[in-house]
Amino acid sequence: MNHEFSIESRQFNLWYGDFQALFDIDIGIRQGIITALIGPSGCGKTTLLRSVNRINERLGYVRTEGLMKVMQKNILDSDVELAQLRKQVGMVFQRPNPLPLSIRDNILFAHKLHTQSHEKLSRQDENNLVENVLRQVLLWDSVKERLHQKAIDLSLEEQQKLCIARLLPVKPSILLMDEPCSALDPKGTEAVEELLWELRGQYTILIVTHNMAQARRVSDESIFMLMGKLMEHAPTDQMFVTPACKETADYIEGRYG
Amino acid sequence: MNESTNQTVSHSIDDCRNLDWYIDKFIQVFVFIGGISAIVFIIGIFFFITNEGIGFLFKSGFQLTPHAVSLLEEAKIPDDTLAALDELAGENFETATELEAALEDVLMPEELSQFQALIVKSAVYEPFSISEFFTSYRWKPTSEWNPTYGILALIAGTASVTGFAMLIAIPFSLGAAIYIGEFATGRQREVLKVLVELLAAVPSVVWGFIGLSIMNPLIIRLFNVPIGLNVLNAGLILGLMAAPIMTTIAEDALKAVPDRYREAAEAMGATRWQLVFKVVLPASKNGLVAAVLLGVGRGFGETMAVLMATGHTINLPTSVFDSVRALTATIAAELGETAVGSDHYQALFTLGILLFLVTFLINLTADLVVRGIRKG
Ligand SMILES: Nc1ncnc2c1ncn2[C@@H]1O[C@H](COP(=O)(O)OP(=O)(O)OP(=O)(O)O)[C@@H](O)[C@H]1O
Ligand SMILES: [Mg+2]
Repeated sequence: MNHEFSIESRQFNLWYGDFQALFDIDIGIRQGIITALIGPSGCGKTTLLRSVNRINERLGYVRTEGLMKVMQKNILDSDVELAQLRKQVGMVFQRPNPLPLSIRDNILFAHKLHTQSHEKLSRQDENNLVENVLRQVLLWDSVKERLHQKAIDLSLEEQQKLCIARLLPVKPSILLMDEPCSALDPKGTEAVEELLWELRGQYTILIVTHNMAQARRVSDESIFMLMGKLMEHAPTDQMFVTPACKETADYIEGRYG
Repeated sequence: MNESTNQTVSHSIDDCRNLDWYIDKFIQVFVFIGGISAIVFIIGIFFFITNEGIGFLFKSGFQLTPHAVSLLEEAKIPDDTLAALDELAGENFETATELEAALEDVLMPEELSQFQALIVKSAVYEPFSISEFFTSYRWKPTSEWNPTYGILALIAGTASVTGFAMLIAIPFSLGAAIYIGEFATGRQREVLKVLVELLAAVPSVVWGFIGLSIMNPLIIRLFNVPIGLNVLNAGLILGLMAAPIMTTIAEDALKAVPDRYREAAEAMGATRWQLVFKVVLPASKNGLVAAVLLGVGRGFGETMAVLMATGHTINLPTSVFDSVRALTATIAAELGETAVGSDHYQALFTLGILLFLVTFLINLTADLVVRGIRKG
């Protein structure tokens, strides 16, 4: 097994009921870099992303086969604790979805889920933690005056940053992002991309995007998927300049939707 | 060219008044009437109840009791005096002295002395005060000697039964709603929902019947008490009655919590229970409060089942094994036997006003609370 991989899958298949959405996916996502997941609509990017923290299982009619390793542990094993897995693998959604709590409570939410009552932080420590992660996502200066206001009242860009920030207190090693900028305007997109660069190195980031320019700007490696299959996985520069598959070239040049 | 276009246009406008157009208009008017009628009915009912009952609230001073009048009627006095007396019987006087003066005007001196002899036996005139209505626990509207209209015991009856009912209904209904809304899936969830709705449709007289013929002997046997028609019985019945409706409303409130909140929390590693307690319940608390309030309103206004299961005995309850009597049941049981416009009749309508106001307030609060969520 290769230890530089944070996420690794072998012959991973996934069905929604009778419909097979992923076919024999073999991926190896290297630790600490940003990997972009691209491909036409409906090709299974979201499905693959949501398999890494097993959030797909909420649906109740999802079935999987094969191997999906996160930090060298097969997460499909029966002894895997979902809470622990999801502590290690944070997820950012397409639409910012802060909880209907204050900014501060949003940041502390995951942290409180994963700490036992005896190791509860003092209020001062909590404040430090909140400040620390908000600084990491470049949000501290704009929200420090209103930590007790509802998170829903923030702008979408700020909400999305908050949704990233709230994952950090539990020290995840992987961040999954499903089109995190698609609900944002160009300025917000730029701000989030800037943030991605800040986080690069500390976390393994897997990001789904429809935006080719964004994939080129932010990612080290890219994975191209088509109809539930992995077509090509290569360093981003290489994929965008000399794609190995014809389908990749077609997609990058905008010949699919 | 231009003209012909104009013609086609006007032609097509005429064409709009076909059958569909009339059906459309008809439905519009019909729906409008339906909508407006709700307001008309509410206002109409309010005016009717107020009109019948309000006189009682503003009554004060002294008047001849019906009993005193009937005693006089039995005594031998001339018809014209009687007629004048009858007129007097309906009137109110500020003070007892004024009433006596009026009596002296109507009656001959010898009749008056005859009358005064009767006074010893009967209360000729009664002081009336509205404070008695709210502070006395004596509800004796049919007493010949001295009818009193204190509703404290009735309020205590309704409050104890409703309170006990909520102790049962709140945990049951919230538990059921959380299970149906957050844990049950697929078929099980659908079946449960249908069952709960069926339960909500059980007529209250059936619940009353259960209270009377099943719970009553059961309570007597289990707790070794002389009577099983009491706060415990009625509270249980009422709680079971209110729970389905509360469940349905509470479940709607849970359903209104956007799924992306659940998804966000689950993706952060929340277990199902953490999800329910830390995200879903806080996010739906307004709706849940509204569900509870509507349940309270339902319990408060329920009549048939409490009439059958409380024992219908005027009492200030000190334990759940005491029989009580509810406001609603009192109206239902007594209104048929009162003379229209009599004090008793008016007092019952005053009870009606009270019930109407309280349920109105409860519903209004529930509504405002729900509106609170939409804004928040
Ligand atoms: N909950 C679901 N139930 C059934 N089928 C689903 C479900 N979610 C996705 N699918 C199907 O699985 C396939 C992959 O969907 P997925 O959402 O992963 O695509 P995607 O690449 O993320 O597309 P997009 O770019 O539009 O977000 C599609 O054919 C879709 O119809
Ligand atoms: Mg997607």
